[in-house]
Amino acid sequence: MRWTFKHRFLILRRLTQTLMIALYFGAHAWGWKMLEGNLSSSLVFGMIPLADPFAVLQMSAAGALLGLDVLIGAAIIAIFYALIGGRAFCSWVCPINMVTDAASGLRRVLRINEVERRVVLSRNLRYWILGLSLALSAIFGVDAFEFISPIGILSRGLIFGIGFGSTVVLGVFLFDLFGVKNGFCGHLCPLGGFYSLIGRFSIIRVKHNQEKCTLCMKCTDICPEKPVLHMIGKRSEFVAMGECTNCARCVEVCDDDALNFDIRFFKTTK
Amino acid sequence: MAKDKLPPLGERRRFLLQTLQGLGLATLGALTWSAYIDEASASALVLRPPGARIEEDFLSMCIRCGLCVNACPYDTLKLARAGDNVPVGTPYFTAREIPCYMCKDIPCVPPCPTGALDASLVSKMAKNGQPEFDIGMAKMGVAVIDSDQCIAFWGVQCDACYRACPLINEAIIIDQSRNDRTGKHALMVPRIVGDVCTGCGLCEKACVTEKASIFVLPLEIAKGKAGSNYIKGWDEKDEDRLKDQKGGGEITHTPTSAKKPVDYLNSEEF
Repeated sequence: MRWTFKHRFLILRRLTQTLMIALYFGAHAWGWKMLEGNLSSSLVFGMIPLADPFAVLQMSAAGALLGLDVLIGAAIIAIFYALIGGRAFCSWVCPINMVTDAASGLRRVLRINEVERRVVLSRNLRYWILGLSLALSAIFGVDAFEFISPIGILSRGLIFGIGFGSTVVLGVFLFDLFGVKNGFCGHLCPLGGFYSLIGRFSIIRVKHNQEKCTLCMKCTDICPEKPVLHMIGKRSEFVAMGECTNCARCVEVCDDDALNFDIRFFKTTK
Repeated sequence: MAKDKLPPLGERRRFLLQTLQGLGLATLGALTWSAYIDEASASALVLRPPGARIEEDFLSMCIRCGLCVNACPYDTLKLARAGDNVPVGTPYFTAREIPCYMCKDIPCVPPCPTGALDASLVSKMAKNGQPEFDIGMAKMGVAVIDSDQCIAFWGVQCDACYRACPLINEAIIIDQSRNDRTGKHALMVPRIVGDVCTGCGLCEKACVTEKASIFVLPLEIAKGKAGSNYIKGWDEKDEDRLKDQKGGGEITHTPTSAKKPVDYLNSEEF
């Protein structure tokens, strides 16, 4: 019971991640109508379009004049994460998250973190890759990141069959396990970078209560985006950086109730 | 004498070097990525769903959602997996495995959210003034016959492709001629009418030879091009092109010689 409580958000996240893939799979295999398509573009109950705003941005950079459906879909998703969820896509929806979490979990179990060779990789690299995605899309007239996206390869793979795509996914796993800690999601992925940028001012955020903090630092150990927790033990404030994925691992590991989800901007005092 | 130690890097120099390093690495990444995109998007040997725009536009507009794949009642369409040698995630079909059965209501086209599959390419005006689907307008490719391996050209009586063609006697026609080898039989060989053929691939599926001797190729590969300088004088519509033509088509005046032809013969210039 205590274990369940200590992993309540993790369990929920795995549920939403697998449920979405299951619904997509059901739509492909048995014609379910709840959620059709895949993470690039979908149709909810045969009516509401959803689309990946980053893919749409790349395609627009490539010079494609897109249909109205996909533009509305991209707007819905972009507005949802910008106002409410922040970078929640990465930890609550994206299937690659399960792969990279597995790698970082195995890292802890095998204690690879303690023998780490120093591979210096800036967390800002993702923004360079984001810019590069758009530039290459414009040059080649195709959505450049979608040609290589492990997210697309894995999510489509789980729904439509994966083929050699499994080697790409394995590559991400090995890179995160033996290469750089949180290497893919925390350093390279331009989609994560995109959601970091547009989700900067979302209202659902983790809030730190410095008075309760005992400085055990379990939260910074578990956090996949360590720099966002710079205020731990120093100031009571919201985790405001856009890179926070709202994965809530910090909330779960905290034994002192010093970290919790809260709503920004609306409540003035607490 | 020991070499003097170099002075520590100045702030400005350090900044410039770091910028240069970033730009250099970004260029390296961009070049690798570009090479891959160029390679991957060059594979034009692929059959797209009906209503697909020309390959270049199709690639820039397809968001790889798989809604067309879900809609296909015959499981003809597949989403390309990594290793299929088709830009990953885009829909295609392999006619020898499952051809396009040319549904009258073309269920794969309306779900496309981006317009990569363009309904207007497979619609004509009905009598009531509303556009209506006409699968006969589809141009997925064009069938090509290897007359060397097609057994009908050997004199064996086979009309499997002709019988399988949904546009029998329009897209595939049987030509009859004398079999000079035996001297007493007829050759009955298939011929493709390129303008009519939709590229559905039912003929390729039906072909009885070990490897199909009639097969569908994408238009860009299978079709030649006579060039606009040729005008079919017997085709009124084609002649109309002359009226709209701007530039070119000038009449050149060569002055008529003042000499008579007889003088010319007598001048011994021959």
